[in-house]
Amino acid sequence: MSEGNLQTVATDAMIPHPVTVRKVIWENDDTFTLTLDVNGVPDGFSFLPGQFNMLYVYGVGEAAISISSDPTKKATLEHTIHRVGTITTALSNKKRGDVIGIRGPFGSSWPLDVAQGKDVCIVTGGIGLAPLRPVIYSLLKQREEYGRIIILYGGRSPLDLLYRVELERWEDEKNVEVLVTVDRGDSSWKGHIGVVTSLFSYIKLDTQNTVAYVCGPEIMMKYTIDELERRGLGPDQVFLSMERNMKCAVGFCGHCQYGPTFICKDGPVFPLPRIRSLFDRKEL
Amino acid sequence: MEKENLVEILRQHPFLHQLPDDHMQLLVGCAMNVRFHDGERLVTEGQLANKFFLIRSGRVALEAEFSGRGNIRIQTVGAGEVLGWSWLISPFRWHFSGVAVTDVRAISLDGECLRNKCETDKGFGYEMLKRFATVMERRLDATRLQLFDIYGMTNIGVGS
Repeated sequence: MSEGNLQTVATDAMIPHPVTVRKVIWENDDTFTLTLDVNGVPDGFSFLPGQFNMLYVYGVGEAAISISSDPTKKATLEHTIHRVGTITTALSNKKRGDVIGIRGPFGSSWPLDVAQGKDVCIVTGGIGLAPLRPVIYSLLKQREEYGRIIILYGGRSPLDLLYRVELERWEDEKNVEVLVTVDRGDSSWKGHIGVVTSLFSYIKLDTQNTVAYVCGPEIMMKYTIDELERRGLGPDQVFLSMERNMKCAVGFCGHCQYGPTFICKDGPVFPLPRIRSLFDRKEL
Repeated sequence: MEKENLVEILRQHPFLHQLPDDHMQLLVGCAMNVRFHDGERLVTEGQLANKFFLIRSGRVALEAEFSGRGNIRIQTVGAGEVLGWSWLISPFRWHFSGVAVTDVRAISLDGECLRNKCETDKGFGYEMLKRFATVMERRLDATRLQLFDIYGMTNIGVGS
């Protein structure tokens, strides 16, 4: 690629497109799903499961947010967002008809091709389910191409769980196992209580024939990797989505540097062998 | 239930995976098949811990009583897991209560009976201790992770 072409690509990638908020649904007290109308985006908007967008609140700033919707739906995009800072709070205040900016999609995707003909084990916690939701949609749409689908999901409490209606719907699908656990539950909660890794006790993995997709807080992923390895899954069978603060999203600014990689352009989805040595390193 | 059937059921439980035959024969003498209905209490905090359970199906919630806050559910144990190790450690009192949150089938093992066999047959005692130590280690790890409140902070997968 010539220097001129590189400049064009970089410039385009840095310009946000205006899109309209179609719907805001609160998943729990501090997490909401923003549905955006992307019909007006030039050349349409396609993405792969696991990719993210930069959402821009004019006059406030940009945040990198994973896409959580069905990749086959081209007219709208969904982002499930945890309200934690200035930008996500500003996003949470948006109403139907408001306009925000969007850049993307960026980053690597969950490699669905390596899971073809195999079982898929999805291990996730908290809002980590959001970047994996497009994977689940994709797997279910091409059901015959995959084996068992096992979804292990952990949340803080029953009220904090995301996509509760969909979780029940997925559980009803053929050859799909959905196990949900919470850290804290009251007497009305009849499900599991405990960390997400405790759910491994209740499933049997065909270790030679399973691909695992993992997304959640880093410490959860660390324990999950230990558990997967203990059960015999090789590093090549495990993929993770990593998180760091981002600015440019195209690998120029270095905000999201993670060892020798940039999360924005090399990730966020990595095969485990690529980042295994970085996982236990402090202050990365 | 006949002893042979009980041995077969015990063999299928992950906690007793590859337990030597002679140890299995010691264990089965202290074992009994039990069932609990949804809502029924298996063990009560503070009371004498004279047994433990190998859960075969269903789910049991472990609860601790906090003054002024009622019972707090801390964890659930389900099929293939073990409920209770207080029978092994003096003063043999339950630290939590256990309540069935579904119908439960389990094997109940008499703690005093087992303690006596562990004292008499040190090899058997050591085998039991190793297996319970593994359960304790896993539960301790899980408890640590639970204490971190890991789901509270950020937008996972990307920056915020």
